[in-house]
Amino acid sequence: MTSRRRDGHPAHAGEALRFRYDGRDYEGRAGDTLAAALLANGVRVVTRSAGLDRPRGVYAAWTEEPNALVQIEKPFPEPMLQATTVELYDGLVATGLRGRGRLADRPDPARYDACHAHCDVLVVGAGPAGLAAASAAAASGARVILADDRPAAGGSLPDTGETVDGVPGARWAAGVLAELAERPEARVLTCTSVFGHYDDNYLVAVERRGEAAASRERIWRIRARRVVLATGAHERPIAFAGNDLPGVMLAGAARAYANRYGVLAGRRAVVFTANDSAYEAARDLAAAGIEIAAVIDARTTVPARLEPGAFPGHVFAGPVLPGHVVTGVGAGPDGSVASVTVSAFSGSGLSGSGLSGEREIEADLLLVSGGWNPVVHLFSQSGGALRFDDGLGAFLPGVSVQPVEAVGAARGVFTLAGCLEDGAAAGARAAEAAGFPAPQRPVPTVIPATVAAGRTAATPPVTPPATPSATPSATLSATPPATPPMALWLVPADDYGTHFVDLQREVTVADVMRATGSGLRSVEHVKRYTTAGTAHDQGKLSGVLTSAIVAHATGVEIGDLGTTTFRAPYVPVSFAALAGRDRGALHDPVRVTSLHSWHVAHGALFENVGQWKRPWYYPRPGEDMDTAVLRECAAVRDGAGAMDASTLGKIDVQGPDAGEFLDRLYTNMMSTLKVGAVRYGVMCRADGMVFDDGTVMRLADDRFLATTTTGNAAAVLDWMEEWLQTEWPSLRVSLTSVTEHWATVALAGPRSREVLAGLAPGLAVDAASFPFMTWRDAEVAGLAARVCRISFSGELAYEINVTAWDGLALWEAVMGTGAVTPYGTETMHVLRAEKGYPIIGQDTDGTVTPADLGMDWIVSKKKADFVGRRSFSRPDTSRPDRKHLVGLLPDDPGLRLPEGAQIVAVSPLPEPPVRALGHVTSSYRSAALGRTFALALVAGGRDRIGERLYVPLGPPGDDPVPVTVTGPVLYDPEGARRDG
Amino acid sequence: MLLIPCPWCGPRDEAEFHYGGQAHVAYPDDPAALSDEEWARYLFFRDNPKGRFAERWSHAAGCRRWFTLTRDTSTNTFTNTSAAPEVTA
Amino acid sequence: MAERVSPLAGFEPVSAEGLRIAEVPFLTQVNLRADPESPAAAALGDALGVPLPAEPGTWARGDADVLWLGPDEWLVVGPPGGAAELESRLRKAAGEARVGVTDVSAQRTTVLVGGSRSRDLLAHGCALDLHPRMFGPGRCAQTSLARAQVVLAAREGGEFAVLVRSSFAAYLWAWLLDAAAEYL
Repeated sequence: MTSRRRDGHPAHAGEALRFRYDGRDYEGRAGDTLAAALLANGVRVVTRSAGLDRPRGVYAAWTEEPNALVQIEKPFPEPMLQATTVELYDGLVATGLRGRGRLADRPDPARYDACHAHCDVLVVGAGPAGLAAASAAAASGARVILADDRPAAGGSLPDTGETVDGVPGARWAAGVLAELAERPEARVLTCTSVFGHYDDNYLVAVERRGEAAASRERIWRIRARRVVLATGAHERPIAFAGNDLPGVMLAGAARAYANRYGVLAGRRAVVFTANDSAYEAARDLAAAGIEIAAVIDARTTVPARLEPGAFPGHVFAGPVLPGHVVTGVGAGPDGSVASVTVSAFSGSGLSGSGLSGEREIEADLLLVSGGWNPVVHLFSQSGGALRFDDGLGAFLPGVSVQPVEAVGAARGVFTLAGCLEDGAAAGARAAEAAGFPAPQRPVPTVIPATVAAGRTAATPPVTPPATPSATPSATLSATPPATPPMALWLVPADDYGTHFVDLQREVTVADVMRATGSGLRSVEHVKRYTTAGTAHDQGKLSGVLTSAIVAHATGVEIGDLGTTTFRAPYVPVSFAALAGRDRGALHDPVRVTSLHSWHVAHGALFENVGQWKRPWYYPRPGEDMDTAVLRECAAVRDGAGAMDASTLGKIDVQGPDAGEFLDRLYTNMMSTLKVGAVRYGVMCRADGMVFDDGTVMRLADDRFLATTTTGNAAAVLDWMEEWLQTEWPSLRVSLTSVTEHWATVALAGPRSREVLAGLAPGLAVDAASFPFMTWRDAEVAGLAARVCRISFSGELAYEINVTAWDGLALWEAVMGTGAVTPYGTETMHVLRAEKGYPIIGQDTDGTVTPADLGMDWIVSKKKADFVGRRSFSRPDTSRPDRKHLVGLLPDDPGLRLPEGAQIVAVSPLPEPPVRALGHVTSSYRSAALGRTFALALVAGGRDRIGERLYVPLGPPGDDPVPVTVTGPVLYDPEGARRDG
Repeated sequence: MLLIPCPWCGPRDEAEFHYGGQAHVAYPDDPAALSDEEWARYLFFRDNPKGRFAERWSHAAGCRRWFTLTRDTSTNTFTNTSAAPEVTA
Repeated sequence: MAERVSPLAGFEPVSAEGLRIAEVPFLTQVNLRADPESPAAAALGDALGVPLPAEPGTWARGDADVLWLGPDEWLVVGPPGGAAELESRLRKAAGEARVGVTDVSAQRTTVLVGGSRSRDLLAHGCALDLHPRMFGPGRCAQTSLARAQVVLAAREGGEFAVLVRSSFAAYLWAWLLDAAAEYL
């Protein structure tokens, strides 16, 4: 394999790196991208296209690459990366990617993280304009962040080899970074792609930090007072026949490979252009040793200033052909460019009739420059409007809606001097607007240098000061351009079948015309119909081209047609980076109680309840879940059990109007509660649907403690605050969450009284002294405690509250009695279901009223109003056929119905549609009943008690399972067990 | 990520707030006196304008205070921040 | 009888060049609600040895630290073991006036994050601008750190008190240690 590296280019001083591509071993240099290294090794066909199986080569030199997708195999599998952005490293193993990539088959061991950052001025892009802006802004003392997606600053300077302040552009850029590094309030983020621009100047970026860093990639969430977008411009392609073949490349990309990487993308090139910048590329490539076989300029006037003769010492090998276009590409044996067909071109229109004088030119490289598209993605995402500039033939930033400004090439300023001036002014302006007046400083100058790094001594200066370069600047240049660019989007032809618009999606001009031919007019519709612009590159090269072709085909102005919407992310971002630290054990907070360590040590299995880990059951050796739960249930019904109930929400309600406040929120009366007493209550939304339930203790005349369900603790507090602050601000009440201040041990079972008596010798525990639904302060196990006599199982039961610090001591004391079996949430659920107590959120779903639950008794008839009351008389809530909570007993006492199963009235099932009467909400195996049972919401359920209904369970054709409807209370309906 | 101006804590990320919907929809003085239709209108009907919209927010992860502000729903710009007691005025 | 246990008992403090992370357990914490314009507020300030901070997002040190939580809400933080005394002192100071006083000592635990990298560490999970110009000593805020809600108070020397709900403490500790890996 012959090397395509330029002799003596400084880029080759880098360390030699070995890599493997498509099964072959190669050598590259540190600083290469994979694409540069492949080109240096003469690899022209990088992969093949997914649909048409056409060969694909390197088309661009950075993130706009549509073609050269690769799959990284080692060191860690990563699909669908652009060869043009993969930094080469030793031992890299990659393959060309055709179609979809392959995800790793193992967890990624790397760490990913995120950082928030705030600044006065964020500058996106460290090209000439961005560096000038950051430097000017930072000089004011403002907090400045400069983010750039490349490993080194300079933007296009290393690609073009231009000089600033008399030194090579790359060296000047490094100097600016060094200056910024000295400023304590400036931060430079290299290898960082700003990929989203959201409301209020919130921008998100991904920093690729590398394998050796503490995190491989980092997401930056940046809030900036002002944003300066120095995002540059993309050279744009021209659609012509065979424009997708390997060897067809953007002219600026070939220039970048030659100047930045010292790599020659071919030996003999035809340049196809409609603007002046390609001449500079051709000149550099000629200087680098690529033979320029011809310059095909679609314009009829060749820019005199840029004619070959204007470049001392360099004459293009072939002719400059004005008024010509490329009409075809001949492929060699490997499918890459071997010759280029050109024709004289006159007239316009979409047919090939204006073409004549066809000739074929031998070449292995076809360099294309259809002009430049400012990178307006972030500006557009920020809400800014775009406008079409006819002179440039490009969309430019228009009116912004956020404090954001585009500078340099990103707003159509295409001269180096113009970019430096534009950037410096914008940087100073942004800092001043953020409150940091910037000192007056000289703008960096573009001084001709006799020798520029990476270029031969004979290379002429690129852009003399005050002389416009190849393309006109939008506003800064007073001098008219030498030759205006021509907005050439496509080469007319009779067959558009290989005029590719989107090379990755293999969308051709013919496809776009098929879309417009079938009536589509919106470019958004054409995008979705053809998939143009939907690949990994999101249409960086194809988007505006698609608009132009739609405009052509439909006879409208492209400026009127507009573009498709620019959406984040600007570059592909890995899910791992977006997840950051929020994965594995840190994926979501795991909330634990103060007793958690005991549960773990005693083999509890845990149930997730919201973010809480609650003990589910405590299996003994050899027990499965059913066995353990039956044992735990029996222990509570026959002896005593204890459960960690610390997760219940607790809200301290204080103030003279606390009783009135609770009366307005609960369906029942709370203000009549006596100090020392406890009452169960239900809260509804204004629509009358049950929202939460719990107990309310009256601690003092002006103080209550309300408990909530575990999952609703925060929501109930928010709900209370909302009513208090927004509807009843005159009520003198304050609300404080004390959920985690307390640890709560539920002690239940006929023997719980004697257990409590043993632990709290000072507490009178007999039923008369300590009746049901009261609470007492007491010393329990030597700890200050508040004991409530409430029950969620129908058994004699207590809830003992101590501070969370004392929770473990209390629990260990309870367990230390030897008389108490720990039980988990599953047992709690079974016990409460046997009693027909609903779980809010399991047996209800936001469409269930207290009456539906058979809980009319909880709804006060005395109170004038409470939240939800009016809704109980709405026609819908008073319908007789609403779903009621009922019990279900399967005919087969060993069958446990699955929760969520539907309920029907007939068996066998008739032809659909079959009316579903409701569904199973809770279903268990009961030790006390010696059988299975369920709770269900069933239409008109209370009127169906005793009826036989059916639950379809098996595959189609199986008969549904028969069940009998019962009342919801299946155990101790008389309530005889409550007092032990 | 909107930057929402809490009247107490200053501008904070949207993620710290709960949205409370249209402002100035007061709980009726006497719900029992309302017809079913009037009650349904209170429960279920809200404006959804393109443009300026007075809405309620709660700084849920901060000072827990409710307040009202006006947002232009097409540009997400805020004006007229006011503290909660004005909500039902 | 077993000892009382703090939420981060058993977690080893971190002490490295530039970064210290340690729990300060069992601090007294009392939530205080009062009308800031009322005479009671002034009396409460006298009882605490420092006026109740009126400026949002600030805290002041008197006999205890008084953190602004809301326009009529403060968190009073003192040394361990003082909840009952503090609660009664505040109630006595308020007299007949309507104030809310709630012992929330065990509701949150306190993690001190100190050292030159403390701001860098917190910036991994806190969206607030923690720059010394914006959030210097004397500032406090209720906000989110990682996926937990916290009360954050800036002290002298780049030290932060992070008050976190007890049930989230172990999660937040694990998160802090993971984020700190870069600085240890």
